Amino acid sequence: MARVVVDVMLKPEILDPQGQAVQRALPRLGFEGIADVRQGKRFELEVEGPVDDAALARIREMAETFLANTVIEDFTVRVDS
Amino acid sequence: MTARPSPATAGGDGPSGRGNTRVGVITFPGTLDDRDTQRAVRLAGAEAVPLWHRDKDLKQVDAVVLPGGFSYGDYLRAGAISRFSPVMETVIEQARAGMPVLGICNGFQVLTETHLLPGAMLRNNHLHFICRDQKLRVENANTSWTAEYEAGQEISIPLKNIDGRYVADERTLDMLEAEGRVAFRYLDTNPNGSLRDIAGITNEAGNVVGLMPHPEHAVEPLIGSGRTDGLGFFTSILKKLVNA
Amino acid sequence: MTLDTVKHATETPDIDQPWAELGLKQDEYERVREILGRRPTGAELAMYSVMWSEHCSYKSSKVHLKQFGEKAPQSDALLVGIGENAGVVDVGQGYAVTFKVESHNHPSYVEPYQGAATGVGGIVRDIIAMGARPIAVVDPLRFGAADHPDTKRVLPGVVSGIGGYGNCLGLPNIGGETVFDACYQGNPLVNAGAIGVMRHEDIHLAKASGSGNKVILYGARTGGDGIGGASILASETFDEAKPSKRPAVQVGDPFQEKLLIECTLEAFAEKLVVGIQDLGAAGLSCATSELASNGSGGMRVELDDVPLRDSTLSPEEILMSESQERMCAVVEPSKVERFLAICEKWDVTATVIGEVTDGDRLEIFWHGEMIVDVDPRTVAHDGPVYERPYARPAWQDALQADDANKLARPADADELRAQVLRLVSSPNQASKSWITGQYDHFVQGNTVLAQPEDSGMIRIDEDTNLGVAIATDGNGRFTKLDPYTGAQLALAEAYRNVAATGAKPLAVSDCLNFGSPEDPAVMWQFAEAIRGLADGCLEMGTPVTGGNVSLYNQTGEAAIHPTPVVAVLGVIDDISRRTPIAFADEGHLIYLLGDTKEELGGSAWSQVVHDHLGGLPPAVDLGREKLLAEILISASRDGMVDAAHDLSDGGLIQALVESCLRGGKGARIVVPDGVDPFVLLFSESAGRAIVAVPRSEELRFNDMCGARGLPTTRIGVIDGTEIDIQGQFSIPLSELKVAHEETIPAILA
Repeated sequence: MARVVVDVMLKPEILDPQGQAVQRALPRLGFEGIADVRQGKRFELEVEGPVDDAALARIREMAETFLANTVIEDFTVRVDS
Repeated sequence: MTARPSPATAGGDGPSGRGNTRVGVITFPGTLDDRDTQRAVRLAGAEAVPLWHRDKDLKQVDAVVLPGGFSYGDYLRAGAISRFSPVMETVIEQARAGMPVLGICNGFQVLTETHLLPGAMLRNNHLHFICRDQKLRVENANTSWTAEYEAGQEISIPLKNIDGRYVADERTLDMLEAEGRVAFRYLDTNPNGSLRDIAGITNEAGNVVGLMPHPEHAVEPLIGSGRTDGLGFFTSILKKLVNA
Repeated sequence: MTLDTVKHATETPDIDQPWAELGLKQDEYERVREILGRRPTGAELAMYSVMWSEHCSYKSSKVHLKQFGEKAPQSDALLVGIGENAGVVDVGQGYAVTFKVESHNHPSYVEPYQGAATGVGGIVRDIIAMGARPIAVVDPLRFGAADHPDTKRVLPGVVSGIGGYGNCLGLPNIGGETVFDACYQGNPLVNAGAIGVMRHEDIHLAKASGSGNKVILYGARTGGDGIGGASILASETFDEAKPSKRPAVQVGDPFQEKLLIECTLEAFAEKLVVGIQDLGAAGLSCATSELASNGSGGMRVELDDVPLRDSTLSPEEILMSESQERMCAVVEPSKVERFLAICEKWDVTATVIGEVTDGDRLEIFWHGEMIVDVDPRTVAHDGPVYERPYARPAWQDALQADDANKLARPADADELRAQVLRLVSSPNQASKSWITGQYDHFVQGNTVLAQPEDSGMIRIDEDTNLGVAIATDGNGRFTKLDPYTGAQLALAEAYRNVAATGAKPLAVSDCLNFGSPEDPAVMWQFAEAIRGLADGCLEMGTPVTGGNVSLYNQTGEAAIHPTPVVAVLGVIDDISRRTPIAFADEGHLIYLLGDTKEELGGSAWSQVVHDHLGGLPPAVDLGREKLLAEILISASRDGMVDAAHDLSDGGLIQALVESCLRGGKGARIVVPDGVDPFVLLFSESAGRAIVAVPRSEELRFNDMCGARGLPTTRIGVIDGTEIDIQGQFSIPLSELKVAHEETIPAILA
């Protein structure tokens, strides 16, 4: 079975409190030099059948309507080789 | 129901010999139940000592409570960022040396992140925050924080969390059971999918206890659930320390 | 792009400006030019457009809202009235309480979780800005039909958002309501209320005084959140916009807000703050112009010093950004260092962005050049005022003539029983514990009562047992039938709910949710509702301390039911005297207080059984409401009743079911001679409550009611494990419990 990965990230202009909290904690733990942290979600989809253009289009639709909230999030779809 | 002891008899000299027993209550950024916990400590007859996450100094307290809340917003993982605060360095050291430590809800999550207690808390199986009065059975009445109860005693105290599902691997769970380290179990219904209905656990020595429900919200008859089943946690520690 | 400085604006008077895109009308733009004596700069245009929007300026509602001031009753309790961030009420023993309800309707439709979450955040900052520690929140909610697919999107998101934010802030959620009606489809109402407590001497106001004092912006960094949100999100009706066209919404960070609360209260405690303002709608535009216009001097702001999350923001965007979790404080120069140290302790970013000046201008600089030079009062207070036309709609007569009292009634006892079960299991009357169970009501350890009690109650002094109570109510169906009466019924119900728990009602806040003010019929509903509420508050002696207006809640031509939500705040001297709704003690007598008339217009029964809305709402007798409240409070104080429950939606039977299920005990009810059991059970006559009276107190209780002239009827006794309406039917509590509690989870889970 082929694996398709959907990464969902908050849009660049949307505040990411989780990423900020992690970033602020880093220097305290001795990890310097990280200017920004943004936290996202990764979905791994095990696809039955061939991952052709039609299948990817369906997955994009799924990501757009369900996996991501496109009011605040962007997503990318890629085939995991 | 646990009888409420009068503060006069419950207090007495702490082991540190400075008069009242001193129980530290840590405030992390985002801690919510610190004032409530201080109140519960006072109602039990001890002196509540506020502790700040940035200070390593525990101000010579006899015991420490890590209260509930959303420290650092529960961002990354519940308890994950607090675990690295300066105060925790001392708490970990002292806990290993035998000082009684109680972690409630977010405090329990911090204790698992420090590995003072095994396992971890995941999102509730129904994915919702849940707030209600929860029935528990006290399984181990020999810890520093449960001495006022009897093994098998049923109590009701509030439960309120979204990341409350206790998980650990089978070996750890078997070990906890075998060593009598399951301190509290959910009764009637399992509210969040915790493995083996575990609501709280203790370390081997019985001085470090963590649980998801909130004893500090069940200490006054007119407030909250209207029950006082949680007061025993705080009187237990007095009993333990005074008799030590 | 050249920076549009004041100098540039003076030199280029004829440049086209996007005033229409920013929501200004042509005459409003001309007025700005007239005020300034030149064209506005881009930054000034941004400020005026957002501050003169309906949301910020109340331009359609102002002319009506002034009645709350004109008709204000004499009250010693009011310490700070309308116009500040929130009103402040004296509750005795040196304590002051501030409370307010605000709408976050449109944002919650676009993005339910974040819309509702940031609604909680905004109202809580209003409370902090008065100098108070927030002690509780409440959430009056209205959604479309319970079984509509979009309700399943909106409601769970809103509930998680309220819980996710409020729980993380550590504020107990103690009240509110959830109502379903198809009229709210596409226009859900997400109102958020908060209460705070402080000592009298700690009251703070939003004003910048004292030349040389520093203006400190603290909290979250400023990003591109909700730019233009105040004017676009909150004021315009949604079209069928594609998801990609939806405006950017604000994301809340409750952790940051919790730090903001603690850090602000610590600064107050050390007396470091001269004036303070939260940043909500219209962001810095609002905060700077309001602080400056309420103070004695002017203000100079260096916009370059605003900490940014997005370094590409233009000065106009910085001024309009609605990034959440920000506050603005005015601090004397000698105390700035200490203020910043407290912020540092709490990991809160804080920056001096300007200072109070001798003049009377608000001057804002960017890269050393002046981009705003205005009289702040013209931005904050001299917005346009509209006398919108209003007219009683033509359909009102037909609606009122469609008498609900003529609807088919149950033919026999079996049908009556079946309709009782239908009523208590209908989405509006069913238990809302699936919703309220997602809110923390224990945190802070002072919660005396929380939903489903008649009002939420919080202890504010551990030594004296002083407490405060709050109830919010509003019935859009009643208000649609008769806006004047409907608004008074909302007031009466909230007042009664506070009194039923034993607290004395003191003051009122409101959140007025209506359709488009450009529709004369809606404007008439609005005008009538305000007239009703203002008259009612005068008669009840409870001043309106402030409130919020939400207009344009409509899709196309279809407006929501006019929905004024009224919050009543009360005080109780000793929380140990509080009265719960639970019927817990067998043998105690059940009394019905007040008169039951044949009043079914707008009732839950007419909706559930006949899907009908017509006729007249129940009549209001505010004198009777006051008397009933006095009886309930006295009975609570003197230990004459041990349970009380107000009668409202669903009438007597609904109240009996709730009290019995809450206490786990049944009731035997005797229908008095000559009374129609159907009317007794389902009528929604106002001014009524049921109470549980211990037998030992019966004589004393009856004497008190008799002496004061309140009609009472002994209707039964707490007993057994069923509700038994003698001679009619009985239903086991177990069956009622299933009917009442399984509806909402079945729809939403």
